[in-house]
Amino acid sequence: MAEDRFDAIIVGGGLAGIAAAYRLAQEGLEVLVVERGNTCGSKNMTGGRLYTHTLEKLIPDLLQRAPLERRIVKERFSLLTPSSGTTIEVDSAKLGGLYANSYSVLRAPFDRWLADEAEAAGVMFVCGVLVDDLIIRDGRVCGIIAGEEEMEADVVILAEGVNAQLAQKAGLREELQPDQVEVGAKEVLSLDQAVLEDRFHLAPGEGIAWIIRGEDAFGPGANGFLYTNKDTISLGVVTEIGKIPSAQHSMVELVDLLKEHPVVAPLIAGSKTVEYSAHLLPCGQGAILPRLCGDGVLLAGDAAGLAINLGYVVRGMDLAVESGLLCAETVLKCHETGDFSRDALSSYETAIQNSFIPRDMERCGSYAAQLGNKALYDDPAKLIDVLTAVMQG
Amino acid sequence: MAKMTIEDKLGLNKFNTNELNSHIDVDKEYLDKQEVERVCRACPAGLYKLDAEGKLSFDHLGCLECGTCRVLSGGKVVKGWHYPQSGYGISFRMG
Repeated sequence: MAEDRFDAIIVGGGLAGIAAAYRLAQEGLEVLVVERGNTCGSKNMTGGRLYTHTLEKLIPDLLQRAPLERRIVKERFSLLTPSSGTTIEVDSAKLGGLYANSYSVLRAPFDRWLADEAEAAGVMFVCGVLVDDLIIRDGRVCGIIAGEEEMEADVVILAEGVNAQLAQKAGLREELQPDQVEVGAKEVLSLDQAVLEDRFHLAPGEGIAWIIRGEDAFGPGANGFLYTNKDTISLGVVTEIGKIPSAQHSMVELVDLLKEHPVVAPLIAGSKTVEYSAHLLPCGQGAILPRLCGDGVLLAGDAAGLAINLGYVVRGMDLAVESGLLCAETVLKCHETGDFSRDALSSYETAIQNSFIPRDMERCGSYAAQLGNKALYDDPAKLIDVLTAVMQG
Repeated sequence: MAKMTIEDKLGLNKFNTNELNSHIDVDKEYLDKQEVERVCRACPAGLYKLDAEGKLSFDHLGCLECGTCRVLSGGKVVKGWHYPQSGYGISFRMG
């Protein structure tokens, strides 16, 4: 028997893991988050835009307190050729509904803040520790192995991110295939706040989300994005991994091509690169994995493949938070009965199926089909209708 | 201002590098040159390089830990892929 025993161990201190842990700690459970980064957020990266609706369920005054960069009030969508482009802009502040609140975020400061909040609620964090393996006895996940340390719990929540190697060990996932994931590479560029607001016609605190369809300019499967932060710009390229080998440009070149493109270059002139990052993201409309739990184990966030990434709609973080919260609700139920078998935990799979996640995957998937219809671009009124719907996420 | 190279960009990042152990095991003698080229083109950090003689070199320092090479060429050019050991690797300040 291991010395340390917890009600739940969560692998990965990203949004899914922290949300799950936070919720469980609120109900008095003993929970441990093991994070491989030296602080939560230090291994994480987003484009990135956070739709806050799910996190607001956990932290009602999130918008007043969290280190959010800028509230997205403008949506821009561009189609590029190598030397030119056309752009449509919509004032998203006028859009309503569940997804009206969205903000640009930087994951290192944001996740660190969220982890501090969770810690104050009673979650225990161990950072700078890589979980190497799972303790599995008779097919049941009983805990984790990190170096020489073994720790056990009633249940292990794998919120380890897109490279879900532990989920594979638990038999819940297959290895990712090149046509299932995209790689995003991003530069964070610092720019004087007043200059930034002037160039993008933004008031203080307001931000823009800009999706750039770049296939004609950069090659098959390659799209760009730009999000304004407080005094930085997040600019990057996303490409389906399987398409890179046949493309004209390498991944490294693509980021420079976007920076140098005449539609983008004037807006970032005089800025300074402060960080370069890359990350995988599940591609496409998204699909719920056939199994999200096993005996003693649950999957959440990117590890569960929960993302909508269609080039036009890019959402993962709000889905990650929702899955973390739903994990927690199931664990709380199982904590009452002491039964953490796959059967008992499968109420999580049902909860995911009944959540907004599959509905939104389908809805957003249908936008892609509409946007992919070339006739749409001959009908400006219809195009604006569709784009407005898409921009609501 | 001169255009930044990928090395310039990586130089801006904060790394705690494990000089001794690479967390990625690369088959530098892999025979299928097309496969090797695929990985060279895909790595967003440009860490896989072919020299003039067509010889593959790989440097794990500067790895952004994205997993692209593993997904693209796991079991081929990439013989083994793990995250860096506890405490090592990239530390995003922005993310």
